[in-house]
Amino acid sequence: MQKVMRDVLVEKAVSLLSDGTVDRVLGWKRGEFSYDITPAVFESADKIRDDFVWNEFCGANFSKYLVAQTKKTEGKLLVFLKPCDTYSFNQLLTEHRFDREKVYAVGIPCEGMADIAKLKAIAGDGISSVESDGGKLCVTTVYEDAPVAVDAGEVLLERCVNCKSKKHAAYDELIGEEGEVLESGRFDEVEKLEKMTADERFAFWQNELSRCIRCNACRDVCPACTCEKCVFNNPASGAENKAAANSFEEKMFHIIRAFHVAGRCTDCGECSRVCPQRIPLHLLNRKFIKDIDSFYGEYQAGAEVGSRAPLVSYTKEDIEPSEVFDGRE
Amino acid sequence: MRKCSLESMNTVLAEIAKTAALYLPVDEKEGRAAYKKWSEGTGWSKQLNTVRSPKDFFFPQVENLMEFKTEGKNIEIIDTRSESEDFVVFGVRACDVKSFEILDRVFLSEPVDSYYASRRAHGVVVAAACTRPSETCFCRTFGIDAADPYGDVAVWRTEDEVFWQEKTEKGAELMKKLESLTEECGVEAVEALKEKTAKIMDKLPLAGLSADAFGGDKTEKFFNAPQWKSLSEACLGCGTCTFVCPTCQCYDIKDFNTGKGVVRFRCWDSCMYSEFTKMSAGQPRLTQLERFRQRFMHKLVYYPANNDGMFSCVGCGRCLSRCPISMNIVKVMKTIGDKADE
Amino acid sequence: MNNRTETLIPKLGVITDIRIDTPDVKTFRVVTPDGKKVFEHKPGQCAMLSIPGVGEAMFSITSSPTNTEFMEFSIKKCGCVTEWLHQAEPGQQITVRGPYGRPFPVDDEFAGKDLLFIAGGIGLAPLRSVINYCRHYRDRYGKIDIVYGSRSMNDLVDYREIVDEWCADGNVDVHLTIDREQEGWNGHVGFVPNYVKELGFDTGKTAVLCGPPIMIKFTLEGLCSMGFDKTQIYTTMELRMKCGVGKCGRCNIGSKYVCKDGPVFRCDELDELPDEY
Repeated sequence: MQKVMRDVLVEKAVSLLSDGTVDRVLGWKRGEFSYDITPAVFESADKIRDDFVWNEFCGANFSKYLVAQTKKTEGKLLVFLKPCDTYSFNQLLTEHRFDREKVYAVGIPCEGMADIAKLKAIAGDGISSVESDGGKLCVTTVYEDAPVAVDAGEVLLERCVNCKSKKHAAYDELIGEEGEVLESGRFDEVEKLEKMTADERFAFWQNELSRCIRCNACRDVCPACTCEKCVFNNPASGAENKAAANSFEEKMFHIIRAFHVAGRCTDCGECSRVCPQRIPLHLLNRKFIKDIDSFYGEYQAGAEVGSRAPLVSYTKEDIEPSEVFDGRE
Repeated sequence: MRKCSLESMNTVLAEIAKTAALYLPVDEKEGRAAYKKWSEGTGWSKQLNTVRSPKDFFFPQVENLMEFKTEGKNIEIIDTRSESEDFVVFGVRACDVKSFEILDRVFLSEPVDSYYASRRAHGVVVAAACTRPSETCFCRTFGIDAADPYGDVAVWRTEDEVFWQEKTEKGAELMKKLESLTEECGVEAVEALKEKTAKIMDKLPLAGLSADAFGGDKTEKFFNAPQWKSLSEACLGCGTCTFVCPTCQCYDIKDFNTGKGVVRFRCWDSCMYSEFTKMSAGQPRLTQLERFRQRFMHKLVYYPANNDGMFSCVGCGRCLSRCPISMNIVKVMKTIGDKADE
Repeated sequence: MNNRTETLIPKLGVITDIRIDTPDVKTFRVVTPDGKKVFEHKPGQCAMLSIPGVGEAMFSITSSPTNTEFMEFSIKKCGCVTEWLHQAEPGQQITVRGPYGRPFPVDDEFAGKDLLFIAGGIGLAPLRSVINYCRHYRDRYGKIDIVYGSRSMNDLVDYREIVDEWCADGNVDVHLTIDREQEGWNGHVGFVPNYVKELGFDTGKTAVLCGPPIMIKFTLEGLCSMGFDKTQIYTTMELRMKCGVGKCGRCNIGSKYVCKDGPVFRCDELDELPDEY
């Protein structure tokens, strides 16, 4: 159960809209079921009252939408940001991707978002409703089976299992109480991969990446992927590709993308959340984050606006490539 | 109607696999299923459906069309086509079976696509009736009965038995091979199952969804509907909906230089992609709104216009469960269906 | 399986002659390796040309079907395939497949009519085929007028053929224009749409239009204001294509595929389609 209730957010949105602070509201819109929530721009109080939702299925990170939305009108846009979303927000500002003046950011606490796939794996298909009740999600199905109560903690999105921060890195206004930066186990899986032999690791990624359907959802949702024209879409780049022509290319897309966002990825976890094939793409990014931390000292992209990331700022103390090479297993 | 015990299925599948490559839905991690080639002991998934649709079997994501060798100013065109191997796709749901009919109308209309035609001629489809349809299912909207699928053979699975019914000549041939492994039986069990499933279908949240507002003559009515803007507002422009869709069939043709020659291959493409219609001379679909509209107009209006009113959606629900932003054809139909004039 | 026909598998062609038309347009003459025509076509139809490893693209067949020896393609340099073709030399092999699309109705709707051809720039390429076809079967048609304009004298495609053959042909009236004054040019100066209005044609004619979108737009408006009905006006469209046979899914305008239902459309048919081209 989220600590701040939907009605509080609705009230906030309606009041900021009616007093003219903002002219549009970026929020989560009710779907057909309890869980199929769509990011939406609300322009009227009525629409907000009717369709705005805030529950365990509001995983979508709105930061990237600001790039396009702030260009659409001269007015201000209200955006609701969960703690992890604020890191992407700052990183995009660091990269000058949107006009801060056109955004009114309201920070909201988050108790973790649910993964519908994990929920269905426990409660089954045919979901007619999901009710949040304390720490439980109560699922009713259309099959006349008895309702199932599932611990919300058991079905968290991967990024929430390893939540790195309940503290907002940016906002104009905060609703509820501010949290803390957390110690997470987010590098545990990376360590497991590091301990594998090269062959085992290759087999692991071969298996995962062979399922990729090249839908580009990971790239298109990624707040670090904001190139006006992606090299993989650009016929003039010589690397334009819509499908892997062979098994080598299959891996290249994800590895190149991970390199490209290294040092800028805030570990927001959107890539893994949207992957229709459940490929743990976040592990590639976390490997980079872990290496950056160990080679250059701890660095969290998006923790503050304008910070010089280790990979783009040279110091004489920087680790030599040979040291990295010799240190590998 | 014939039947066998669920326990004996491994033997039955082994018999099928003797003469044809056999593919069936197999469980993967986290309750997801994918079509895999059968080998001894491979279990038939109980999942309602696979993440990827079985369109791959007839229209694979990537396929080589031909090769070229070039030397100086000369080109050699190499026809690399070979006849498809015989194969059986087992466990195809009613919605996906219908999708083959939709693809046929594209690929088997003149000029016939020989790559697709060869696979279609050599593939046998064993359809599996649904017993627990999901909240995302709306196949009834398109006149499909999940409990009584078409295909070459239809099968029904109960707790301990599998019932078989041949539907076509190809199906009869397959059933002949299974004669000693199955036994003649009455239709009572299957009829009871159909009835039970129909009752669940009645209660599905999308049970009342109708496509009546759409059809081949509705371009003018829907093309300029103001709702396209809000519907497409959050669209990422990725190809998830297209690639998991059993009826999406747009493709690209590209050349790949192998160093020894050039392979011309075909791969899935998506009208949601920004480069899809881009020419050096211009771009008719400039923003995501136009691309988004194209996808749904194609399924609900343009395809019916060219195919005797048949819609290019089978209500499988894959886009409902896979779209990163949970935007999908149901939301489009409900939003613009009868309100386009508002 | 190799005996099943497959339209996607092309035929071999050889470029036997390359004519420089304008600074960015060349006309390529293509035959089979044994010197024959690659295939027969009708005026207005297209073909897919490709260079393996570079790409495949759709082009109007510029030569008339009445030419029994070869096919020609007038190609403007503007993308990967066209740039590659522009640096090719005679003797270069390419691949060709087709013919694709619905041709101009030269043998039915056009028969017995006065014809008015209006082209701008590279827009002459698809019209050259139909113009030469009608000149070949001259007695099947009424009066023939051709209005053709380009940015400058140097940008008039097929200028030599126009001057040497069309202008010399007493049975055809040719009206040339260029956008701006130029030394050595004694003809008309001005944009095509305005020139058409100045010339003021009899509204009983059947008009055929091709050129840049903006020229088509204003010429069409002009013709309609002169009293032409859209059922008397034909044009030919261009959208991105990959298959050429209405299957790959990208060249549609509403429910019509330009590769298969077009490229030739009557303007009243275009009005039925959504405004997305």
